[in-house]
Amino acid sequence: MTTVPTVREVPIRAEIGIVQVRQAVREVAVSVGFSLVDQTKLVTAASELARNTLKHGGGGVAEIELEQRVGSTALRLRFHDKGPGIGDVELALRDGYSSAGGLGLGLSGARRLADEFDLETARGEGTTVTVTFVAAGPAAR
Amino acid sequence: MSATSVIELDGVLLVTIQGELTDHDAIALQQDLTTQVAERGARGVLINISALEIVDSFLARTLHEIAGVTSLLAAETVVVGMRPEVAITLVELGLTLNGLRTALSVSDGLSMFGGASIARRAEGA
Ligand SMILES: Nc1ncnc2c1ncn2[C@@H]1O[C@H](COP(=O)(O)OP(=O)(O)OP(=O)(O)O)[C@@H](O)[C@H]1O
Ligand SMILES: [Mg+2]
Repeated sequence: MTTVPTVREVPIRAEIGIVQVRQAVREVAVSVGFSLVDQTKLVTAASELARNTLKHGGGGVAEIELEQRVGSTALRLRFHDKGPGIGDVELALRDGYSSAGGLGLGLSGARRLADEFDLETARGEGTTVTVTFVAAGPAAR
Repeated sequence: MSATSVIELDGVLLVTIQGELTDHDAIALQQDLTTQVAERGARGVLINISALEIVDSFLARTLHEIAGVTSLLAAETVVVGMRPEVAITLVELGLTLNGLRTALSVSDGLSMFGGASIARRAEGA
């Protein structure tokens, strides 16, 4: 299992950053041969998490990584901010919970869309959300 | 930054979203459509999203709000052309968009507003 270092790093400081994350994720997903449905899930999850980084985390960065696994390629998205952190992770992950009048489906929905999900957060220090998507078959290239 | 066109046909606003929308663009679209429905006394709004590669929770909520606001103004909103992969993703995200009227194509959507004649004219347009 070899982890390729970060392929792309996209700052999220304003709304346009959300669009740039979507575009970068799409490009990388296409380049490693994800199906159209999987590309759509990846980009949608990325859009939700990038918006959280901006709105709840006060901005941050998205990192896109590729990992070559036996017989497959994994695409990992890491969203990192130095915002207020999440006090109650279980609550934040509940469908429909929003501290901001949203639908409360971004975090829980992104977890459902991804193959692997990880959340690290500390009050006053920030939040890192990691989602991984696995493409069947070796990388196309 | 995004190209959204609005044309009117027999009292129906035909809205085509052509590119990537920021959240700000989506809110601006909602405000613009609300104003136009009121000013023109439109009876319907047809939003073509076939160019959209993704619909996330923010945009979905905005579409839902557009439908809610226009219905208060006696105009019905129909969303047409959602790509299959977008529909699959929205369901998995947890968004069912209850109450939002949809149609597969622009002409299907238009026929909801007044039969075949308007649909035929739109195809010529
Ligand atoms: N990066 C973050 N930093 C701090 N809090 C966060 C972060 N991401 C999520 N949260 C918290 O988790 C809650 C749930 O997030 P989720 O994305 O599901 O909903 P939302 O952003 O409020 O609404 P929406 O459905 O529009 O995304 C948020 O309301 C917020 O309180
Ligand atoms: Mg959110």
